[in-house]
Amino acid sequence: MDLLQYDFMLRALAGALIIGITAPALGIYLVQRRLSLIGDGIGHVALTGVGVGLLFHQSPVLTAVIVSAIGAVGVELVRERGRTSGDLALALLFYGGIAGGVVLVGLSDDSGNANLVQYLFGSLTTTSGTDLVVIAVLGVAVLAAMLLLRPVLFAVCDDEEYARVSGLPVRTLNLLLAVTTAVTVTIAMRTVGLLLISALMVVPVAAAQQVTRGFRTTMAVAMAGGVVAAAAGVVVSAEANTAPGATIVIVALALFLALTVAGAVRGRARPHSAEKEPPDVVLHD
Amino acid sequence: MTDAVRITHAAVGYGAREVLHDVSLGVTQGEVVAILGANGSGKSTLIRAVLGLVPLSHGDIELFGTPRRRFREWARVGYVPQRVGAGSSVPATVGEVVAAGRLARRGLLRFSGSKDRSAVRAALADVGLTDRASDPVATLSGGQQQRTLIARALAGEPDLLIMDEPTAGVDAASQEAFAATLGRFQGRGGTVLLVAHELGPLRPLIDRAVVVHEGRIAHDGAVPEPAGHHAEPGHDHVHPHAEAERPGICVAPTDRVRN
Repeated sequence: MDLLQYDFMLRALAGALIIGITAPALGIYLVQRRLSLIGDGIGHVALTGVGVGLLFHQSPVLTAVIVSAIGAVGVELVRERGRTSGDLALALLFYGGIAGGVVLVGLSDDSGNANLVQYLFGSLTTTSGTDLVVIAVLGVAVLAAMLLLRPVLFAVCDDEEYARVSGLPVRTLNLLLAVTTAVTVTIAMRTVGLLLISALMVVPVAAAQQVTRGFRTTMAVAMAGGVVAAAAGVVVSAEANTAPGATIVIVALALFLALTVAGAVRGRARPHSAEKEPPDVVLHD
Repeated sequence: MTDAVRITHAAVGYGAREVLHDVSLGVTQGEVVAILGANGSGKSTLIRAVLGLVPLSHGDIELFGTPRRRFREWARVGYVPQRVGAGSSVPATVGEVVAAGRLARRGLLRFSGSKDRSAVRAALADVGLTDRASDPVATLSGGQQQRTLIARALAGEPDLLIMDEPTAGVDAASQEAFAATLGRFQGRGGTVLLVAHELGPLRPLIDRAVVVHEGRIAHDGAVPEPAGHHAEPGHDHVHPHAEAERPGICVAPTDRVRN
């Protein structure tokens, strides 16, 4: 724990913890509507934003937020139109995003391979004080939105038509989810990298639902899992001298395996409720 | 008293294909109306148009005297779709799904209060799922999942229930429980518009039947009696050969063709 004497390690840990709690709080809605891989796609698009920033000497984080938000809104509009060719449209957008990013980064003055790798796989220990402020402000904003709007976001992701008939502003909520996904991807790119951010949105949720029965408890366990994975990942990576982003994801996957085993053991001890399901009976007279 | 639902000369098309042609229909408050018809007759499209889930290409729809485009009192309408949200993959408890039925009354940001919680409890009791409130929806049988969706609609304390095939694929016992729930809703002065292909235990509750055939209303009045072998108990409605559809009360509602 001597490592925590260093400011850069403290900043790295703080940034990782904020991402660790925010990413699953958002990711649970993406998993719920079976868009687990959308974070990955938005990450591809964000790389073009990084390229734009490096080329025009602007903050890559800022340009990545803007470009990935535009990409996320585009994806949402394609999804809304229905399933016809939506899948293919997404593929075009994602590969366009990563190819555009690689080309633009290559054209910029700052075109070293190391620079590209830093965004693709994260570079936690180079988190500056300013970076941390940006991560904290945006992370808290996303987290607050996900927690305060839980009932309506749950309704929209669970049954969109029912939410529409309830008079909820479904389109606005969908666009909010798209933009917050883009923001989360971008602030997490320094921590786990654009290619691994989706893991931090999805893996803690997948781990939590091995042992939970309801949506609210799944969300709480997933957020706790994200924090544990982020903290343990940073510490282990510093001790073992491994890449922090990848280490965080491996810890999260280990958590998934552990909870899967725990869920299976508990399920064996207490026979699954679906198996001893009583026949439908008239409970009223 | 204004009609709960008033449809005038409505037409709906998907792309170039029109599936409803010039349909006019009124449902007065307190009435229980069943829309019957074969698969593909347009009966589900009709209620989806009422709910605003599919756009009208022609005609008008009013809900409680307000044109649907300007209608904002969605809390007065309870919608029961055909099945539990198929897109969801995160576990959710029965109580959480039913609580979503309060959102039309609660709005976007207000937290759930004691009135919301008591309405959810009452709705769960009404469909007989009180003891399953904290169980994941996915562990329930098809009939119990259907009752969860009915409880969700009832939790909003609606004046009008709109239901899409509420008894499809539901075992006889759940159908009886559902009929009892519907009877109580009707007793409180509620209006019901439901789509069905067979009425079963709901039959005595229905005030009026509307038969939709090939996108038009073929019958509007008394509930048609099932005829011939369709009336026999145990008839499973599996037809080896799809027959050409004929309009009229002798064909629908029970002559559902499955392939």
